[in-house]
Parts: sequence; C-alpha cells; structure tokens
Amino acid sequence: MSKHRLGEFEEIVMLTVAVLYGEAYGVAIIDEMEKRLERSVSIGSLQTVLRRLEKKGYLASEFGEITKVRGGKRKRFFTVTNLGRKALEITKDQRMGLWNAIPKIAFGD
Amino acid sequence: MKKRNNLAPPQWLLRFFQWFCHPDFVEDIEGDLVERYERRWDESGTTRAKFLLAKDIISLFRPGIIRPLRINHPLTSLYMFRNHLKIAWRNLFKNKFFSTINIGGLAAGMLIPILIGLWMHDELSFNTQYENHDRMALVMQNQTLNGKIETWFGQAMQLETALREDFGDQFKYIVTSPGTRNKVLTYEDKKIKKTGSFYNPDILGMLSIKMIEGSYKSLEDPNAIFLARSTAEALFDGADPMDKSIQLGNDLAVTVKGVYEDLPKNSQFERLLFIATWELYAQSENLEERVGWGNSWFNTFVQIADNADMDKVSLAIKDVKYDRIDADRAKRNNPQMFLHPMKNWYLRGQFENGQSAGGRIEYVWLFGFIALFVLLLACINFMNLSTARSEERAKEVGIRKTLGSVRRQLVGQFFSESMLITGLAFVFALLMTILLLPTFNQLAEKELSIPWLNPWFWGIGISFSLATAIIAGSYPSFYLSAFQPVKVLKGTVRRGRFTSLPRKVLVVIQFTVSISLIIGTIFIFRQIQFAKDRPIGYNRDNLVRIPIKSDEITTHFDALRADLLNTGLVEEMAGTDSPITSTGVTNGGFNWTGKDPNSSNDFTSLRVTYEFGDMVDWEIIEGRDFSKDFTTDSTAIILNEAAVEYMGLEDPIGVVMTRGEDKHPIVGVVKNLITQSPYDPVRQTIFMVHKTWLNYINVKLKAESGAHEALAQIETIYKKYDPVNSFEYEFADESYSRKFRNEERIGKLASFFAILAIFISCLGLFGLAAYVAEQRTKEIGIRKVLGASILELCKMLSKDFIILVALSCLLAAPISYFLMNNWLQDFTYRTELSWWVFVLVGIVALGIALVTVIFQALKAALMNPVNAIKSE
Repeated sequence: MSKHRLGEFEEIVMLTVAVLYGEAYGVAIIDEMEKRLERSVSIGSLQTVLRRLEKKGYLASEFGEITKVRGGKRKRFFTVTNLGRKALEITKDQRMGLWNAIPKIAFGD
Repeated sequence: MKKRNNLAPPQWLLRFFQWFCHPDFVEDIEGDLVERYERRWDESGTTRAKFLLAKDIISLFRPGIIRPLRINHPLTSLYMFRNHLKIAWRNLFKNKFFSTINIGGLAAGMLIPILIGLWMHDELSFNTQYENHDRMALVMQNQTLNGKIETWFGQAMQLETALREDFGDQFKYIVTSPGTRNKVLTYEDKKIKKTGSFYNPDILGMLSIKMIEGSYKSLEDPNAIFLARSTAEALFDGADPMDKSIQLGNDLAVTVKGVYEDLPKNSQFERLLFIATWELYAQSENLEERVGWGNSWFNTFVQIADNADMDKVSLAIKDVKYDRIDADRAKRNNPQMFLHPMKNWYLRGQFENGQSAGGRIEYVWLFGFIALFVLLLACINFMNLSTARSEERAKEVGIRKTLGSVRRQLVGQFFSESMLITGLAFVFALLMTILLLPTFNQLAEKELSIPWLNPWFWGIGISFSLATAIIAGSYPSFYLSAFQPVKVLKGTVRRGRFTSLPRKVLVVIQFTVSISLIIGTIFIFRQIQFAKDRPIGYNRDNLVRIPIKSDEITTHFDALRADLLNTGLVEEMAGTDSPITSTGVTNGGFNWTGKDPNSSNDFTSLRVTYEFGDMVDWEIIEGRDFSKDFTTDSTAIILNEAAVEYMGLEDPIGVVMTRGEDKHPIVGVVKNLITQSPYDPVRQTIFMVHKTWLNYINVKLKAESGAHEALAQIETIYKKYDPVNSFEYEFADESYSRKFRNEERIGKLASFFAILAIFISCLGLFGLAAYVAEQRTKEIGIRKVLGASILELCKMLSKDFIILVALSCLLAAPISYFLMNNWLQDFTYRTELSWWVFVLVGIVALGIALVTVIFQALKAALMNPVNAIKSE
C-alpha cells in the first residue's frame, strides 16, 4: 500500500495531466493548475515532479511534432499510465474512506 | 509596435540553462521556457519577460533537473577505456620498431631522474635524523690574516666557558670536542679499534642519544665511558658490559657506565662509537696548563635555547673572543664568532672571505637540473615520434569522428596510449634501476636502495610518470583530435610549412642539451688531468706512510730504520709530523732581517728527519740538504720557492729566521712540493729537522721488491717495537690520487649522464629519420627512376637533420662555455677552455647524427623503385 502513496502536489499534477488528456505538456499543465486551483506553480517544481513521476512509472511521455513556435523545440506530452491510475484511485479511496468514517456530529450537521 | 526580433529570449540565459540541464530534458523544457517567455513578452513587455525567464531558470536549477556529473553510464566508460587500451596495445605491436624506440627512450629518460632523485634525497637528508637538528650549530670564527679573511672550524677550548658566562641563557647545550679519535679499546685481552670522542654530558641531550643501559647522569663521572651498542657487542661478545673496567688507548682506565643506540647512518656523528668525558681528556693531555686562546684545536658544538633565534644568537656572540684576548692581537686578527647551523654542515661547508660559499649543494642542484633535462629530452622524443606519425593515424581519427566519436573521447584515447607507454617505460626504468644501482652506488660512493615500501617514493614516481604521460601525450592528442574528418578522409590534409617547425625546435633543444653536457664532461676531465700533470716536486713512487702510535717507535727511531734497511727491501726511511700529501700544520711568529714589520707571517711547516730529502728525492735549487755532519742543522730550515718569494728574499741562504729565542738559519731552497690541494698554488713552506716531534714514518720501498712481501716484513719489524697497536699503512700515490676523487666522481657521473643524453637524442633522431624516409618512399622511387644517384638521395634525406644538429652545436658552445667558465673559477690552477674542444665535440656530434640518419637514408635510397612506386 505505502509504496503507492502520493504527495499532495504529485496527486494534483497527475490529476491535471489526466484532465488535459492528450494536451498535457509543461506550459499547459501549469496554466491549467493555476486556473483551476488559483495557486502559482513554479516551472522548476513542476518539471521536477513530472520527471520523478515518470521515473516511478505513473506517467509516460512522448515528443510532439516540431513547430515553428517555441524556438523550434518539440513539446513533451505526458499521459497517466495504468500504474498511475491505480495510485490515484488508491489515494482517492483512502480519502473517501476517511470522509465516510466521519460521524455526522463532527461537522455539526 | 514592438519589433518582432525583440521576441527572441536572451541567449545567454538559455545557454546557461542548456549547460546545467540534464540533456534528456533540455529540448522540451527549453521549449516551455521559450513559450512562456513569448507569452509574457506579449502581455507585459521585454523587461518583465526577461526577469521572469531568469526566475524560471533559477527555479529549474535544482536536483532532478541538473545534469549528473558523469553523463556516460559508468560501464560504458569502462568499456571505452578497455577499448582504448586494446587499440593502444595493438598499435604498439603494429609498429614494433617505433614502440621500442619510444619505450626504450622514455625508460632511459626516466632511469636518470630515479637514480638522481634517490641520490639527491640521500644528500639532502644528511644530518636531518637528529631531533634537534634545526637548533644545533658549530661555532666558527672568521679571522683576518694578512689582509685576507680566513674561516676556521676550530676553536679554543676556553670558548665554551666564555659562551656560558656571557650567553648562558641563549644556549641549551654547549660541548667542546677534540674531534673524532681513533682509539684502541682493551677489555681483558681483547682489543678493538673504534672511533669516538670526548665530550661533556651535554652531548647526550644534544644528540638525543637513546640509552639502552645506564642514564645520562652517569657521564658526570670523569672516568666513565659510554659505548655504542655495536662497540659493546664487539668488545664484550654479548656479556654484560656495565661497570666493567676497560682501557682506552694506551693509558686511560675507564669504566663502562652506559650503552647507547648507534647514531643514525648518513650523519655527521655516525662514527661516534664511544663517548668518554672531556674532563678525562683535559687531564690526561694537560690541557689546562698548555692550551690558551691561541690554540684553536677544538670544535665547539652548541644547541641554542628553545626560544632563541639562530641568526640573532649568531650575531650576538661575534665578539666573545675579541673581548678576551690581548688588544693588539684582537685588533690585528679581528676574530669574529658565528654559528654554522647543522643543516649547512654537509651541503654548505665552504667559506670564502668569511661568507658562506656553497659546497656540495651546488652539485645537488646541478644533477637535479640534469635529471630534469634528461627527462625533458625523453618527453620530446615521445612527442616528436607521435606527431610525426600522425598522418598514419589521421584516417583512423577521421573514421572515428564520422562514427560519432567526440573530441573528448579522442583526446582520452591518445592519453590512454601515452599512459600505457609511460607505464611500461616506468616499469622498465625500475628494472634498469635495480640492475644499475650497484654500479651507481660504487660510482657515487653511496649505499642507496630502492625504497619499495616508502609511499613517498611511489607517490612521486607515479605522479612523475603521470606528468610525463600528460606532457608527452598532450601535443599529439590535441593535435590529432583536431583533424577535420572530411578533409582527412578526402586526403586533403595539408601539412603547412610550419607544422614541422615545432618538431625541429625540439630536436635542436635535445642536441643543444646533449652537446653541452658532453663539452662539460670533457672539461671536467681535462681539469683533473691538468692538476694531475702538475709537477709535484718529489717522487712518491713506492712511498708508504705508517702512523706512529707509540712513543717506542720514536725513541727507537734509528734502530727501527737500521732494521728496515737490513731487510734489503727498503731503500730509505724518514719521519715526518704530517703526511707528505697533506701538510696541515701552520707556524707563524718568525722574524728575519728585511722583514716588513707590518706583515704578519705564517708558513706551512713540515718537521722531518735528516733522511727525508733523500727519500722523496726533492730538487735543491740553492744551498744544500739537511746533513747530520752539521750540528747546527738541528735548528736549520729549508724553504720552498714559494716561501722565498713570500719572504721577499734576494739571497735566502744564510739568512737567519728567529722566533723568540730560537734561531733558524736557512740552509737550502727546494723546488715547490705539492703537499696540499693540487688545484691551489703551493703555499710558502718551511722544512725543519726534528727527532721526536713525529707522527708518521715514511718508508720508500725498493722498486724491485714486491710491495706485498716488503710490507709483511715491515710489519714484523714494526711489531717488535710496538707490539700493542695494529699496523697500518697507506701508499703516498694512493692518498695523492684521493685528492682527485671528488672531481673524478663528478666527472664519471656527468659522463654517464652525457652518454645517456646523447643516446636518447640519437634514438629520437633515428626514429624521426626513419619516419621521414618512409614518408618519402614514393618520391625517392620516382627520383631514382629519373636518374638520381644514391649519394644525392642520401644527401637530400640527411641534409635537414644535419642542419639542425649544426645549429645545436652553435647554441651549445656559448652555453657550455659560460657554465664551465663558472665551474673552473673554483680552482686557482685551471685548464684553459680551449676552442678546439668545442670544435671537436661539434664534429663528433655531427658525425654521430650523420651515422644515425644515414642508415635510414641509405635504406630508403637502396630500395627498388618499382616496389616503392607500385605500392598504393
């Protein structure tokens, strides 16, 4: 179980990659995260996490086409792997389990 | 409107990013950076976009993004290294000829620094084994005699007390010694002869002597003696030596109160094998009564106090003698004391005009330089051969580059090759060192050995080899790896006129050094021969010197002489107070009519018996020899030519020299006898007759009698008069030739190095010539077909090299002239730097170079041109 534990930031990054299915490259991920979560994300921390997740096998990546924008550099598109999806689900289940276990009285309903 | 060309992000920022970023990530992250930059540029302008780009890049500068230090997988680089080694190995065997020259030359070049390094280390570590060696010193004095400052190692024994009174707090230990003495030690009926000396107990602390038995305090008993472990073992055969009574010399009874570890080898006090007390010595010799400030017969050693400074103490004590002797003499001789620190005793033992004037240290540095030069020569060879063969490797470089080799790898490849070669050369050099070390030890009179277990030796050896590999390999590896693959493969690499220039310069340097060395060696030997050829003024053939060790010999002098002459093997016998080959006694205080009252005077003096003149066959030029027929001759004096000149006498015969009450008539003048250094002018010398003040008997053997048999007979007769002491003898011509030993040793060492240097240079030239001949095979073939003669071809092939060697000769002449002129300044009697030696060496060098080159040239010229032309 514990080996699938995801950090909070890792989880958000993976979810965003899943949201952007097919269009998830560096700049797009940052934009999406900033738009949805209203938090600023530095390129350094994002790239580090992307590479780490790829190394763990939760993400896969491939290069796109060469275009004239971006100084002629290709984009690297990320997708969530099956292993990644499983890790996300486990995390989600754990959260839900916790939510469900909260007695109603706790939040004063 | 913003201009579109402002849109490009600042390149230097991106370049920084590309530099640190992991190569796998560079492309897409850089794309992201550019995209964000462009968007920000549209939104908020150049400045802000730039600032934010910088911020992005800094945020990327973190682990996970930064490239690892080694890009290659560790395994790959290991494989590459193995591959490099394999290629290097194959190359070695493909060109056996060049490899042999390369490795052999480099090994010879390394052998010399190894040998010289061991020798230098030995020289420089002399006397450093003592714990307090940096605080120990010998007290010396400068005196002005006849307007010249002379530096004396000797001191009066009163100096010790004076120093203690005036400067007691500056010194930790002060000792006075009469010098090392050779004494017979007797225990029951066992006798052994050992060197040792007399000291006060301070010597123990000063030399940090390690006691095996007994304590430092025991030496306070005047009749105590301490023995070195080796002495004690020899004398007592393993029995307990403590508190045993032994006899020291002929008449001193002492008790063994301590045994100490032998003092370190390769040091001044190595021969201190027993220590007896100064008090004992002073009493037995009646020193207190007869010896004053005027008798500088002793050595005064000190160790300065722990907080004292050597230079300051040296300065402080300068007048300690001046203030204590009578004012007139003090003013005239101006004795100035100073400290000669222990670290300088061995290496800087010469003084001139009261100043330190170097000594052995000059030879240490000289040979150090030679070692470096020889190593340099070998490196030059290596570079020369490698670059010369570069064209052969050019195609390989081209193909490697096309297949994706980056320059760094090629450099690495060529360095691996040079490491392999230097590694092999180092191993060969070590093997040769093992083989040559015994010979070298004999030559240098040392006991050197390879310190196999010393990490310093390996550290220095390996780092030197690495440095050699890098120096020798740098030029070829950078030169070769810079080739452009396209040009190489198309065969259009053009060697410009100047590519061979560095190679030529290197050859010239090599030969300049070698030729200078050879010229230097020749002049060293000429100088030795020059001094040997000086007429010595007497006949030293078959002359044997025997030290007198017992008064019995002196008192029965005439009887002994009669006995010896009766054997029929001996021609003559005479007594002297110093050895004829090294007269060290100086006498002064004479007066004579016509003497300039202001001039001081001192004469080297030799006390002899009446038979002396006949025995050494000196040449009387005025007056007559000593004769028993004249009773007045017991006080007579014979001068040498130098003394006549020194005294300024027109007609010396009959002049009476007076000293106090004594009157010494001059009866004869002899031709100068060389009794001291053969390199110095002969000193003014007086010969006096004395019947008892004798230290040596000198025996002239008959030319026809065998030395061995004669000496055996002499020993028997000698033992009759002195049964106690051992019989010793030395031939005069042997002790005379010892005077040349220092110079001869240096000459031999230098010639050894010179021969190796020229050998290494020739190896290089040989290799280069072989290469050039190979390069021009086709050209030679075509020339031959068109009718060129073999002579012409040889001329063409060797001309270039001969010009280089000729140039080296021209360069070497002034360099070696300057150096040898400097060296010869040390000798008063010196050979000329004759021009013909330079010419001769030049011709010989050219000859050797010609022979080296012509061999290759002939081989190329004699080849069948058909073979040369058809080969593609």
